[in-house]
Amino acid sequence: MKRVNAVVIGAGAGGGIVAKELSMAGLSVVLLERGKWYTPYDCRKDDLRNQRTAVLGNAFGPEDHGNPRVWVDPAGAEHIALPSDGIYQNNAACVGGGTFSYGAMAWRYLPQDFRMKSTYGRPEGSSLEDWPIGYDDLEPFYEKAEYEIGISGDYSGTPFHGPRRRPLPMPPLPPNREFEILEPAAKRLGLHPFHIPMARNAVPYNGRGSCMRCRWCVGFACEVDAKNGSQNTVIPTALSTGNCELRTKCMVKEILTDNGGSARGVAYFDADGHLQEQPSDIVVVSACAIESARLLLNSKSRLFPNGMGNRYDQVGRNLQGHHYTGAVGYFDFDTYDDIGPGASIAVTDYNHGTPGLCGGGLLANEFIRLPIQMIDRMPSDTPRWGLGHKRAMRDFYKRNIVVMGPTQQIPAADARVTLDSTVRDKWGLPVARISGNVHPHTFEIGKKQADRAAAWLKETGAVSISRFAGKGVLVSAGQHQAGTCRMGDDPRSSVVNKQCQIHDVDNVFVIDSSVHVTNGGFNPALTIMAIAYYASEALLRNWKGTQFRS
Amino acid sequence: MLTRRRFVTASAIAGAGLAAGCAARKNSAWEFLSEKDARTLTAICDQIIPADDFPSASQAGVLTYVDRQLVRHFQRFQKAYIKGLNHANLLSRKRFSLDLAEATPQQKLQIVSAIEQQNPEFFELVRSHTLQGYYGSPRHGGNREGVSWRMLGLSEPPIRGSAQYDLASGSRP
Ligand SMILES: Cc1cc2nc3c(=O)[nH]c(=O)nc-3n(C[C@H](O)[C@H](O)[C@H](O)COP(=O)(O)OP(=O)(O)OC[C@H]3O[C@@H](n4cnc5c(N)ncnc54)[C@H](O)[C@@H]3O)c2cc1C
Ligand code: SF4
Repeated sequence: MKRVNAVVIGAGAGGGIVAKELSMAGLSVVLLERGKWYTPYDCRKDDLRNQRTAVLGNAFGPEDHGNPRVWVDPAGAEHIALPSDGIYQNNAACVGGGTFSYGAMAWRYLPQDFRMKSTYGRPEGSSLEDWPIGYDDLEPFYEKAEYEIGISGDYSGTPFHGPRRRPLPMPPLPPNREFEILEPAAKRLGLHPFHIPMARNAVPYNGRGSCMRCRWCVGFACEVDAKNGSQNTVIPTALSTGNCELRTKCMVKEILTDNGGSARGVAYFDADGHLQEQPSDIVVVSACAIESARLLLNSKSRLFPNGMGNRYDQVGRNLQGHHYTGAVGYFDFDTYDDIGPGASIAVTDYNHGTPGLCGGGLLANEFIRLPIQMIDRMPSDTPRWGLGHKRAMRDFYKRNIVVMGPTQQIPAADARVTLDSTVRDKWGLPVARISGNVHPHTFEIGKKQADRAAAWLKETGAVSISRFAGKGVLVSAGQHQAGTCRMGDDPRSSVVNKQCQIHDVDNVFVIDSSVHVTNGGFNPALTIMAIAYYASEALLRNWKGTQFRS
Repeated sequence: MLTRRRFVTASAIAGAGLAAGCAARKNSAWEFLSEKDARTLTAICDQIIPADDFPSASQAGVLTYVDRQLVRHFQRFQKAYIKGLNHANLLSRKRFSLDLAEATPQQKLQIVSAIEQQNPEFFELVRSHTLQGYYGSPRHGGNREGVSWRMLGLSEPPIRGSAQYDLASGSRP
């Protein structure tokens, strides 16, 4: 196969942006994606088969057949996990990665989120650390992501955000009923509610129309293509340069190394299952936290017997996501208005600054709940089945508001991805084995956040409230998985440097959620995108002709 | 509106045809269940979601949902169903000398409560499949014609672009 300048592995949030930036700069790029390219035409609103309620499987990959993982529970027992099981910790596998079907909340992390250890100290037993870069380094790239991907929203209601040079490119969608109920209550509590920033067209933008506010958004494709991911923004731009070739249904097996310890390309299984080699000057790994770690660990060679970038046993460690907690309020009037996407209002007052707690998280109202999502979220005195349950569904389905949020997890080094020694996927590759847990302090913060959600709902006049504080025994690394190839200055405690370059291999980069040192109290996609722009710029600055030298 | 409803009905019929075509277990109209299994499962499902002015689980097609998936996505639960349904009949015969399907509504309720206590793993499986079938998408055979969604007051079929209409002034779905 013809040698190219760069192979990018994974056409998701990070990989899509890298492919665009490199091909715009004139590099030849091959973008390899294990999943398919779906379009709005493939949009099927199926409550039982989508990326969020995957009762009958994931709509946008991976499929249940041939893609297992192993999960080790807190007692040490091993379980085979299928992609549609919660314990699998799935995100997605398709062009666009998670951004094809995501909820599209598009947050910037706060300046403190990059300095967690300096701000709070390191809790005993945790691996809490500062990022080697700060909010200021990323600010221009956050802005670039907001304008190129297309974000709507309005930060003017809150002082709790980092400095920004420009407002968002689109106004927010008009408020829905939940916004109107929650906003005055938050203000009475002295909070600073505002419109959630969203990668969703509130007005026509980027040549596509605006959101028509349907019932099925998070977990689904958008039939009017108003939701902005890498598949309808940067990836088409990359392809239009003529320098980028996207190959779908291609599963990368390993990164190949030459005798000098540099990467010489990748080996992958093509759509027909044939093993191919693609030689390249640079390899960029953007397969999302769990699969990027697995790919590096599977890339063994004489010089790297324990996998690439893994000299100090750091690849796969510090796996984290978000610990979701919150509360449901039940009302004696209709709160439901059938105006999607549903999530509309947030407060970030609680992300930092609570004495005794290392951080916190945003609180926001939840996306439109499908009926099956409310089955187990009825008032606590509801019978679990029988006429009582059926009546409660009728009484409360349209009369509830869920406020919740992603509690920032306190990372631990033994929450990790390794390779399983026996279980293989359909290509014969060792699968990811997920074990360990985040630091227990996470669950204390989560409990406090649930209390705060309940207090906000109480102020709205909810007649009853039930809290949920998640499971304290699980690392929850699914859609928001991060941290497995930590960014840092010290090769002994991190995998990549601040340019996302693997410490001991000059021409291999990890550019996706894996590099997050900590994961903020926010959904991560916009930060992944900002880092992808930032790291691409650094890469191009150091790129000399057809050879890469750092 | 009509088009969509007709489509749902049409696909329900197509599904039924398929089921009859590949009846796996002798003399059964179902893909996986035997006729007797189906009667027992009906008795359990209809305690989980009984009829009132809206249909019960089985009336809304939950058995079709479960049966279809038992040879598709729920294949790994086949054994659990066979064992669980037999156990349900055993309990019923022991207590009332009747198969569960023949018991009175009051007796069925007692047996289903007993299953919840004694065989919680099976009970949770059936409970979640029943609720999914009833409240999930009609295309999978349960929630026939979106009946549970209409029960909850959702417009079915949904009004596309509803934000463009002033629903407050007219008839709210
Ligand atoms: C239903 C849902 C809702 C979400 N909501 C939000 C939200 O509101 N806000 C937010 O910020 N985030 C949200 N997320 C999370 C967000 O989508 C992810 O954080 C983000 O997509 C991760 O970006 P990434 O670049 O790390 O990886 P991904 O976007 O996951 O891309 C990785 C890609 O690599 C491919 N790949 C993996 N291994 C290989 C291999 N060996 N060979 C070839 N290809 C490979 C995968 O198929 C995948 O397409 C949501 C996700 C989901 C699924
Ligand atoms: S709510 Fe808007 S962005 Fe989301 S799927 Fe519906 S139309 Fe698309």
